[in-house]
Amino acid sequence: MTQQEALFEFLLRLGDTTLILGHRVSEWCGHGPVLEEDIALANTALDLIGQTQLWLGLAAEVEGKGRTADDLAYHRDAWDFRNLLIAERPNGDFGHTIMRQFLYDAWSSLILFRLSGSTDPGIAAIAQKAGKEVTYHLERSADLCIRLGDGTEESHRRMQDALDALWPYTGEMFLGDDADAVLVETGIAPDPDDLRADWDATVSRLESEGTLTLPDSSFAQTGGKTGRHSEHLGYILAEMQWLQRAYPGATW
Amino acid sequence: MYAQMVKSTGKGLKSRKEMTPEEGRFQDRIDAGEKIEPKDWMPDGYRQTLIRQIGQHAHSEIVGQLPEGNWITRAPTLSRKLILLAKVQDEAGHGLYLYCAAETLGVSRDELTEALHTGRMKYSSIFNYPTLTWADIGAIGWLVDGAAIMNQVPLQRTSYGPYARAMVRICKEESFHQRQGYDIMMKMANGTEAQRAMAQDALNRFWYPSLMMFGPSDKDSVHSAQSMAWKIKINTNDELRQKFVDQTVPQAEYLGLTIPDNDLKYNKKTGHYEFSDPDWTEFFEVLKGNGPCNRERLGARVKAWDDGAWVRDGLMAHAVKHSAKIAAE
Repeated sequence: MTQQEALFEFLLRLGDTTLILGHRVSEWCGHGPVLEEDIALANTALDLIGQTQLWLGLAAEVEGKGRTADDLAYHRDAWDFRNLLIAERPNGDFGHTIMRQFLYDAWSSLILFRLSGSTDPGIAAIAQKAGKEVTYHLERSADLCIRLGDGTEESHRRMQDALDALWPYTGEMFLGDDADAVLVETGIAPDPDDLRADWDATVSRLESEGTLTLPDSSFAQTGGKTGRHSEHLGYILAEMQWLQRAYPGATW
Repeated sequence: MYAQMVKSTGKGLKSRKEMTPEEGRFQDRIDAGEKIEPKDWMPDGYRQTLIRQIGQHAHSEIVGQLPEGNWITRAPTLSRKLILLAKVQDEAGHGLYLYCAAETLGVSRDELTEALHTGRMKYSSIFNYPTLTWADIGAIGWLVDGAAIMNQVPLQRTSYGPYARAMVRICKEESFHQRQGYDIMMKMANGTEAQRAMAQDALNRFWYPSLMMFGPSDKDSVHSAQSMAWKIKINTNDELRQKFVDQTVPQAEYLGLTIPDNDLKYNKKTGHYEFSDPDWTEFFEVLKGNGPCNRERLGARVKAWDDGAWVRDGLMAHAVKHSAKIAAE
C-alpha cells in the first residue's frame, strides 16, 4: 500500500464516520427531550457535517481524480464507505444516542489531539479546528451520560442498556491495519492501539461517577473500516443520496 | 410572524373615559413610545394578550422545525445540509428566547408547552402543510420566512421591551433564512426541467398558505384594534399581506415562476398588486386541526415530550442528589 492510498483510506475513515454519525444525530431534529437538547443535537450534527466537508475534501484532494467532498458523500455505495460501525448504529432512545456520542467523542477527542501534531499540515489544521468542537461535544456527552447514569432508576437502566448494546462497537476504534501502519511510520497518524489507555480512563467515569457497570468483554464487531457494514448503512445512504442519484447531473 | 388570530381582551377597545387612572397612565406611556418592562404595572389584558401572542410565536418556531427537519437527512449537498441544519437550529433558538420573553410575563415554559400539547394554544397554520420536495425547503425560506419578516420587522418596535429585543435578533437571522431560501429557488428555477417543475409546484402549494399567515382580513379581524392601541401589533393584517405580495411578485418574475393567481395584476394608480384572497374556509379548517399535517406535527411534539420525560426526570433527580451531596460536605 502506497502512502497516498493509505492516506486516502485514513481520511475516508474519518470523514465517513463524521458524515454517518452526523446523519444519525440530525435525525433528532425537532424531536429532542427538551428544547436545549434539540439545539445541542442540531449543533453537534452541524459540527460533524462541517468536519465531514473538511476530511472528505482533503480525501478527494489526496485521491487526485477530480472528485469533490460531495462526490464522495453522495456517489459511493456502502462497500466504499469506511466509517466506524458505531456511527451507523440506530439512534434508539436518547440514552443510546448520547451514549454513542460519548463513546465516540472520547475517542475522537484523543485522535484529534494526536492529529493536531501530525506531520501532514493539512491534517493537523483540520484536527486543530475539529478538536475545539469535539472538546465541547465530549464535555456535554460525558456530563449527560454521568447525570443520567446517576439519575433515576429508569434513567440508570436505560443508560446501562445503551452502554451494553454499544460496547461491542467500541473495539474497532483501536484496531490498526496496513493503512494505519503506513501512516504511523511517517508520523502522519497515531497507532490506533495507543489511544486505548486514555480512552479507558475517560470512559471509566461512567463507572466512577455515572454508577454504571462497564461490560466485561473485549469482543469487537469490526468491518466498518474496510467497507463491511451493518444492514443499517444501506438505508442511511438510500435516504442521504436519493436526490443526487434520482437527478443525475443536476446542481443544487 | 407566526401569531394569527391572537385573542385580546375580548371586550373591544376601551375609550379613555372607560379607563381607570392606572390604565390611562399606561396608555400614555405606550402613546409616548416608551417600552414596558417586566416589573412595570400593566393591564391584565395586555399581559394575557402578550402571553398568547409570544407563546404562539414560540410554539410556531418549535413546530416549524418539523417540516424543514423533514429534509435534513435528504439535503442534496453537504453544504445545503449544513445550512439547513443551522437554520433549523436557529428556529429552535428563536423558540428559546421567545419562551424566555414569555416567562418575564409570569408564565413558565412548561405551562406553555402543556397548553400547546393539549391544543389550548396554537401555532402558525403554515406548518400544517407538508414539505414534499427539496424545492419546498426553498419555498419555505423564501415565502414563509419572507412573510414572517414582514410581520417581525415592525415588532422590533413593539411596546413590550423583552419581546421587542428578542425580535431584533430574530429578524437578523430570519433575513439570512429568507436569502438561503431564495438561493435554493434560484438554483432550482435555473436548473433542469425537473427542478423547475419542483420549484413551480412548491410555489403553487405554498403561495396561498403564505398569504394566510397574515391572518384574516382586517374586516374580520376581531382582536386587532386593542392590540394596535397597545402597540403589540403595529400594522394590520391586510397592510402586511399587501406589502408581502408587492415584494414577492417581482421576485417570482425574476425566477421565471408563475404566481398561481389568474387575477393577479399590477395597479399603476395605487402602485400595488391586486390579488385573490386565499380560501379562508381552508384557513379556518387548518386552525381547527384539519390541515394536511396537524395530527403529525402535534403528535410528533407530544411524542418527543413524552419520550423525553425520563431524561428530564433523570437530570432533575441527579441535580437533587448532587446538591444534597454538596450540602452534606
